[in-house]
Amino acid sequence: MIVALPIAALMWESRADGLHGFWAAVTQPEAVAALKLTLGISAIVALINALFGTIIAWTLVRDEFRGKSVVNAVIDLPFALPTIVAGLLILALYGPHSPVGVHLAFTRAAIVLVLCFVSLPFVVRTVQPVLYEVDEQMEEAARSLGAREHKVFSRIVLPSILPGILSGVAMAFARVVGEIGSIVIISGNLPFKTEMASVYVFNQGQNGNSVAASAVAVVMLTVSFAVLLFIGGIRRLATRHERA
Amino acid sequence: MYLFTMPMTKHRKKIVLAAVAAALVVAAGAAARTTGTTLSLIAYSTPKPVMAKIIQAYQQTPQGQGVNFTQSYGPSTNQAKAVAAGQPADLVFLSAGDDVNQLVDAGLVSPNWGKQGYNGIAADTVVVFAVRNGNPKHIKSWTDLIKPGVQVVTPNPYSSGSAKWNILAAYGAQRALGKTDKQAIQYVRTLFQHVVSQDTSGSNATNTFLSGKGDVLLTYESEAINARLQGKNIQYVIPRQTMLIQLPVALVKTSKNPDAVNKFLQFLRSTAAQELFVQYGFRPVNPQVAKSAAAVKEFPARPGIFKITDKDIGGWRAADKKWFASGALMSQIEEGIGGPTSG
Amino acid sequence: MPRTWRTYAVRFTALGYLVLILVAPLSMLFWRVWVEGVDKAWAAITDPDTIHAFKITLILCAITVPLNTVFGIVCGLAIVRRRFPGKGLVNAFVDLPLALSPVVVGFSLYLLYGRTGWFGPWFTEHGVQVLFALPAMVLATIFVSVPFVAREVVPTLREIGNEQEQAAYTLGASSWQTFWRVTLPAIRWAVIYGVVVTTARCLGEYGAVAIVSGNISGRTETATLRVQDYYENLDQAGAYGVALMLCVLAIAVLVVMTKLKPKEEMI
Repeated sequence: MIVALPIAALMWESRADGLHGFWAAVTQPEAVAALKLTLGISAIVALINALFGTIIAWTLVRDEFRGKSVVNAVIDLPFALPTIVAGLLILALYGPHSPVGVHLAFTRAAIVLVLCFVSLPFVVRTVQPVLYEVDEQMEEAARSLGAREHKVFSRIVLPSILPGILSGVAMAFARVVGEIGSIVIISGNLPFKTEMASVYVFNQGQNGNSVAASAVAVVMLTVSFAVLLFIGGIRRLATRHERA
Repeated sequence: MYLFTMPMTKHRKKIVLAAVAAALVVAAGAAARTTGTTLSLIAYSTPKPVMAKIIQAYQQTPQGQGVNFTQSYGPSTNQAKAVAAGQPADLVFLSAGDDVNQLVDAGLVSPNWGKQGYNGIAADTVVVFAVRNGNPKHIKSWTDLIKPGVQVVTPNPYSSGSAKWNILAAYGAQRALGKTDKQAIQYVRTLFQHVVSQDTSGSNATNTFLSGKGDVLLTYESEAINARLQGKNIQYVIPRQTMLIQLPVALVKTSKNPDAVNKFLQFLRSTAAQELFVQYGFRPVNPQVAKSAAAVKEFPARPGIFKITDKDIGGWRAADKKWFASGALMSQIEEGIGGPTSG
Repeated sequence: MPRTWRTYAVRFTALGYLVLILVAPLSMLFWRVWVEGVDKAWAAITDPDTIHAFKITLILCAITVPLNTVFGIVCGLAIVRRRFPGKGLVNAFVDLPLALSPVVVGFSLYLLYGRTGWFGPWFTEHGVQVLFALPAMVLATIFVSVPFVAREVVPTLREIGNEQEQAAYTLGASSWQTFWRVTLPAIRWAVIYGVVVTTARCLGEYGAVAIVSGNISGRTETATLRVQDYYENLDQAGAYGVALMLCVLAIAVLVVMTKLKPKEEMI
C-alpha cells in the first residue's frame, strides 16, 4: 500500500491535463532532451558495466592473488555509500581542484564516471555466482580438442553466463536511469546538455510544474517496470533450462 | 490482501498496524522540538550566514528571548512556490518582489506588504560581475560581456530571483546608455548566447563558477562579498550602470505568531540588524546606517544605479508580464538558445 | 588454470578499472578533508545542526528498518508459500523500488500529501504535518528500502523447502510456534543480511527525502542533505567533513555485510 498509492497519485496527476497535456509535457524540448540524455548515458554505462563487470567477475572467480578478498569486499562499497558522497568524490577527483589535472566536472563524461561508480556492483555480483557454476572441464575438453582460447570463451563460457550478465546489466541500467544523489552536484544543471531526467523532474517539481514533472516521472516509472519485467523474463528463461 | 491468507493473520496484522501507528506518532512527536515560540523562515539561497548572525543577535534582545527559528534556504522562486504549495512558513525573505507577489496572488501575503517599513525591504545590494582573480579577460562593463569568447554564468530565471535581477539589470543598463527598448532586448538576447550554465539558484551558480565554469558570474554584490569572506578566490567588478537589488521580507498571513513575526521584522530594520547586514556585504536600507563610516567605505556610490521602479522597467508586475510570464520575452530568448523555459 | 599473459591482462584491466572508478575517488575524500582543513571539517561535524541531521538519519533508520524487516519476512513467506491472486503483482511492487528513481518516489509522495493532494487536506485538517516534516521523510525512506529483506528471504525460503515446517505441523505445533521455532531460525542469516543492506540504503537515501523534506536546517535535514547544504553554502570543508563521517559509517556497514554474506556468494 505504501508503494501503490503514491504511484497511483503520480499517474493521476500526469493525467490532470488530459492525454493531450501529458503528451505535450513529455514532448517539451527540454523534457525530450533530458530523457534522451538519460537513456543514452544509462545505456553507455550499462555497456561499460557489462564489459568491465564481467572482467572483474572473471578475475575474482578464476584468478588468485594476494588481497583478492579485499577487492571482493570493496566491490560492494557503492551499495553502502550514500550517493551524494559519491558525487562529491568524483568532483574532488576530476573537478577543478583535481590533483590529477583532469577537468571533467559539469560534463557528460563526469556523469558517466560517477554512474559507473554507483552501478559497479551490479554486473559483478550477478555474474560471479553463475561463473562459479560453469564447469571448467568443458573448457578443458574444448582446449584439448584444439579450440582457440577466444572460441572457448565465446562458445562455452559466454552462453552460460549470459543470463547473469543480462540481468546485471538490466539492474545497472534501471539503477542509473533514476540516479539523483550523485549527479546533482556534478551535473551543473545545463539544461539540454547535462540535465538528466531525474534532475528535470526534481526541478520541475520544485518549481510547481506538477504536470510536467509527473509526465516525465511516469515515463521513468514505465522504464523501471519494463526493466523489471525483462529481468523476470531472463530469470524464467534461465531456470527453464535447468528444469528441462 | 495476501495477509488474509496467512495463518494467525489477525495477530500478526495487529502487530504490524500497531507498529506503523506508533512509528508515525513518534515521528510526528520527534519533529516538534522546543517550547516557546518557533518562527519558520523561508528564504532565498544566499543569505544564510547573515541571517544566522541576525537571529542570534535578536535572541539576545528582550523581545527576542525564547524565540526559536527554523530556516530554509533555496532558490527564491521555488521557495515561494513551496510556500504556496503548503510548506509552513511564518515569514519569507526572498530575493525579488516578483516572488512575494506570487504569494500575494496565492492569498498568503497581504497586498500591502510593500507599504511596511522601507517599502517592505530588509536590505539592498546591486548586480555585479564576479570574475577570476586578476580579471584576465578585463571584464568591466556590459559590453565586455558580449565580447567573443566570454562565457557568462547566471542562474535560471524561472527558479531564481537573482537571475531575474541580472536580466533586468542587463536590459536597464542598455536603456540607461540611451538604447531603445528594441536594442536593449537584442542585447539581452546576445548576452544569453554567451551563457554557459543556468543553475537553479544564485548560490548554485556561485558554486558552478567557483568550480571553474565560465569567465564571469552575474550575481549579487552581497554574494560576491560573502564568497570573499569565506576565503574563495573571487574578485568582483561593479559595472557603471547597475541595478539596485531590493530584498523583500514579508509576514505570511497563515502564521500562528504574527506579532512575534512583526517584532522580528522591526528588528530587521533597526540599527543593530542593519549594521550586521553591512558587515556581511549588504547595503542597508536604514539611512543612518547608510551614512556610517563602514557602509560608505564598503559601498562606493555609483551614479548609474537604477531601480525596478524606474520608468523603463516599471515595477515587478510589469517586468514579470514582459519578461518572465509564460511565453514572454525570456521564454522566447531561452528557446532561441536551447535553454530552460521553466524552473 | 595456466597463467598465461591473458590472465595478467585480464587481471590488470580489472584492477585498473577498479582503481580508476572506485579507489581513486575514495582516497580523494581523505585528501580533500586534509586540504580544506581538518579543523573546519571538525567544526562542521560538531555543529549542532549537523548533529541533529545525523539524529534524524538515525531516527529514520530506527523506524524504517524494523518495519521493513517485518514486512519483508511476511511478504517473503506469502510469496513463496502461498498461492493467491495478484501474487505476481505484489512481487513486482515489492521489487519496484529497486528499479525506481528516488526522485519519482519523492515526487509522488509530494503529490499525495501536498496542499492539493489526495491526502494532504485530510491531514492538514487534523493538524498533522506530513509533508515538509518527519512523517513524509519516514514514508519516503520506507518506500525506497522495501525490497531488501524480502529479496534475501525469498530465495532462502525456496531453498530450504517446507519439509521441516510440515514436520512441525504434524507434530502438533501451532502456526506461530512453527514460525518462531522452525522458519525464523532457518532464514535468520538471510534476514540479518537483508537488515544490514536496508540500513545502508536508509543511511544513504537522498533524492526522495530531498523532495519531501523542505530542506529546513536543524529540523528536516538528514545527514545526506546536510552534505549538500554545506556544499551549496560554499563550505567545502564542511561538505567533505560530513561526507567523511558518512563514508566511515558506510565502510562499517560494508564490513558487517561482508562478514555476513550468504555463503554461496563467497568465493
